[in-house]
Amino acid sequence: MLSYLLRRLFASVVILILSSILVFTMVAYSGDPLASLRLNPRTPPSVYALRRAELHLNNPLPQRYWIWVTHAIRGDFGLTIGNQPVAPQLWSHLLVTFQMVIIATIIAIFVAITVGVFSAIRQGRAFDSAAAFTNYLFISVPVFVLGLILKLFVAIPVNNAIGHTVIYTIGQQSSNLSGSFLQRLPNYAGHTILPVLTLILVSYPSWAIYQRSSMLEALDSDYVRLARAKGLRPSRVLIRHTLRNALIPITTVIALDFAGVLGGAILVEEVFSWQGIGQWFLQGISVLDFNVVQAYLLVTAFFVVAFNFIADVLYGVLDPRIRYG
Amino acid sequence: MAERRRLFAPGARPLDTDGAGQNRRRRGRRSRLPIAGAETRPLGDEHGISGEVKKQWQIVLGRFVRQPRAMISLGIFALLGISSVLAGYFWRYGYTDLTNQIATFGQGSPSLQHPFGVDPIGHDLFAQVMQGTKEDVQTALLVASITTLIGTTIGALAGYFRSWVDTILMRFTDFILAVPLLAVLAVLGNLAARQSGSWFWVAVIIGVLAWTYVARLVRADFLSLRERDFVEAARAIGASNRRIIIRHLLPNALGPIIVNATLTVANAIILESTLSFLGLGIQPPNVSLGSLVASGEGDATTFWWLFVFPAAFIILMILCVNFIGDGLREAFDPRRTRVRV
Repeated sequence: MLSYLLRRLFASVVILILSSILVFTMVAYSGDPLASLRLNPRTPPSVYALRRAELHLNNPLPQRYWIWVTHAIRGDFGLTIGNQPVAPQLWSHLLVTFQMVIIATIIAIFVAITVGVFSAIRQGRAFDSAAAFTNYLFISVPVFVLGLILKLFVAIPVNNAIGHTVIYTIGQQSSNLSGSFLQRLPNYAGHTILPVLTLILVSYPSWAIYQRSSMLEALDSDYVRLARAKGLRPSRVLIRHTLRNALIPITTVIALDFAGVLGGAILVEEVFSWQGIGQWFLQGISVLDFNVVQAYLLVTAFFVVAFNFIADVLYGVLDPRIRYG
Repeated sequence: MAERRRLFAPGARPLDTDGAGQNRRRRGRRSRLPIAGAETRPLGDEHGISGEVKKQWQIVLGRFVRQPRAMISLGIFALLGISSVLAGYFWRYGYTDLTNQIATFGQGSPSLQHPFGVDPIGHDLFAQVMQGTKEDVQTALLVASITTLIGTTIGALAGYFRSWVDTILMRFTDFILAVPLLAVLAVLGNLAARQSGSWFWVAVIIGVLAWTYVARLVRADFLSLRERDFVEAARAIGASNRRIIIRHLLPNALGPIIVNATLTVANAIILESTLSFLGLGIQPPNVSLGSLVASGEGDATTFWWLFVFPAAFIILMILCVNFIGDGLREAFDPRRTRVRV
């Protein structure tokens, strides 16, 4: 077990290093970092030279990568185009996104498991068909379209009907917010509900489909047949014998889906103007702020690789049949 | 594999087409799909033994045609594709034409002259949505072709030869998956947008990044197929590796490849419209459904048609393609046919 853990950890680190190289090279070739200076035709050549030196553009690519990555490990992601340190911005935006992603993921897991389990128990009946149809529908709607539909056809009519804004469609909190935490809570909730709802609706269908099939597999297994034959109560068979085993595969699927959720968060933030990491990244791309883009890609790669590692380990812990060779 | 062979033995029919346990081997929405082996040509169709010999593709086609949902979806998707091409030639407005009407307060809503209304600048929205649909369909089909070609080639080589090809493939997949695909596409899409912003480069970029799933699917299939007796038989009579891969293994893996290619079309529509929505995909003066949604969103509370039509077309297309893919999957693998009420 320990040797497997160490080997897996080593592989994760290698993957992270490779992706950091890939990310750095890709971003380095994706545009001209001095483009903002070229907008002004009177920029003197000395300014270009200074900026090139600052960004180490005169050095070969491997050397630039080395400078960047050794600083990044120490938490120093360089300066933005506006000469602000990248790192503090990175962490504050990451916090905003994580609030949303964590709440959404937890609720989506509950929804997915509930829907999946009940579809499996009621296989072929009305609930199963309705759930299958809903799953298909939400899989077929792109994140940004779903977000906009909720914003335009749910939030705005609801607010108009009530007469004042309850569901906010812009930002993560009102700018003129004051009072104690409890007084501010409705405002936070009103801002969070739509982004979280969007993320839940796009994440849960594939998990529900997966949960349904692993539940069906467990229901059909010999150990469940044995439990029934022993004369156990159906509820006990269902919860202690079937569900417990049927929950194992879904944990890995959810952990592996983390990259997808982060990708979805980019769009949700764009639609609802949340100042999260996705927005920050998109703004970085639009002004060719290389340090911002690289920092985002490196940090997301870190989290995705970490979650994959956790998924692998979790699978072995939850399912004792898995042996590490 | 014993199970697979038993199920498709001559004259046999799947035993549990409607019972519990039909999903025994199901793993998520896009699992690996066992299909009939080419070496055991089934004698009867799914209704029983008839004695008449049908080719495998005839059986599959027969099963596909008998699914109303998939056939209707295919019809709608074909209609959308064809009409979007024809609209470019026969519709009274081009997508860049400025009409003498604009969307202002109380004006510009859908009418006989402009079925989908006009936008605040004066473009006919029907012409724009049709053009956007055309660009999306083109992009999606090209993406599906690229991913299927690259993915199948690499997956086949990795699964057949194993060793270092396999190692490289799996490591490459790992680190492509380490960064959200959308983020990588956003960086590269920005690059392409600055160069040209045509649908072709957007499709190429999505295509060269999105093949990893197909590759893993084909690899997994090949890993099990290469151990089968008919491969050994082919090798015994002196068939080359190339011949074994192309003539013996590929036909057996065709089902999952085709199903996955269909689902890739749906994914490509999502990715392309998302990129264009973010302003990183297809650039003006070209339009795509995603960029139409983005430009219509701001005014959507007053001019609802600016958002509703492009968004509805995106959802409709993706839904159709998903249903077609689902129908194909059931046609290739009837054991997984869902019970319908």
